Amino acid sequence: MAIEVRVPTVLRKHTDGERRVSGDGDHLRELINDLGNRHDGLRTALVADDGSLHRFINVYINDEDVRFMKGIDTPLSDGDVVSILPAVAGG
Amino acid sequence: MTTVQSSREFHLDRSTHDDLIEHARSDVPYEVCGLLAGIDGRLTAHYRIPNAARSMTFYNMDPTAMLAAMNEMDDNDWDLLGIYHSHTHTEAYPSSTDIELAFYADAVYLIVSLQDPEDPHIRAFDIVDGEVCERTLVIDGERCAADPAAPAAGNM
Repeated sequence: MAIEVRVPTVLRKHTDGERRVSGDGDHLRELINDLGNRHDGLRTALVADDGSLHRFINVYINDEDVRFMKGIDTPLSDGDVVSILPAVAGG
Repeated sequence: MTTVQSSREFHLDRSTHDDLIEHARSDVPYEVCGLLAGIDGRLTAHYRIPNAARSMTFYNMDPTAMLAAMNEMDDNDWDLLGIYHSHTHTEAYPSSTDIELAFYADAVYLIVSLQDPEDPHIRAFDIVDGEVCERTLVIDGERCAADPAAPAAGNM
């Protein structure tokens, strides 16, 4: 199953500058693990110590925020496009 | 007139400047936020993005609205030139939270201060690896003086 992943500029240091990478996984968690096997540091950038997505990382599947689905356990379908954007936040 | 951003300046047209102030005023006492897009240093669009936190002291860009704006920038090959947000009661200088959460090192961070509601003003900063460096704001070709009441910016 091929899942396209759109990588934001700030995370392209983990993908040799590539803005699009592809990976495999039935769920977002598996996809991130799969990507992490080939792109050093990417998993750490996305996943917190407790195994959930970092609070200040937004992940979308086909433009839908995974927080409205099952977070890192959201299932994926062939042809899905995953987008990642660090949060824009402050005080 | 074509304006190109230099590393010491940030260029804004008067209309965008005024819109940022108006946006900041529109949701007082809550902070507002938005994005500035451009190409070759020239502003092409700015986006008001809802503050999902709707707080007087914190902002968090609504993820869905933010993605829509970023996708449009991507489709047009625009760069993310700047990120702006308002400080409704404090000075136009990055707070410790602003510095901690500045994940977009290539974007200029603009802060709109309504500390003096009669005299709102905007300042621009690079925030990279925890270091804050102010840029001179240039509006329609005119350089703006920094706020004399604010603390000195680091790394000037």
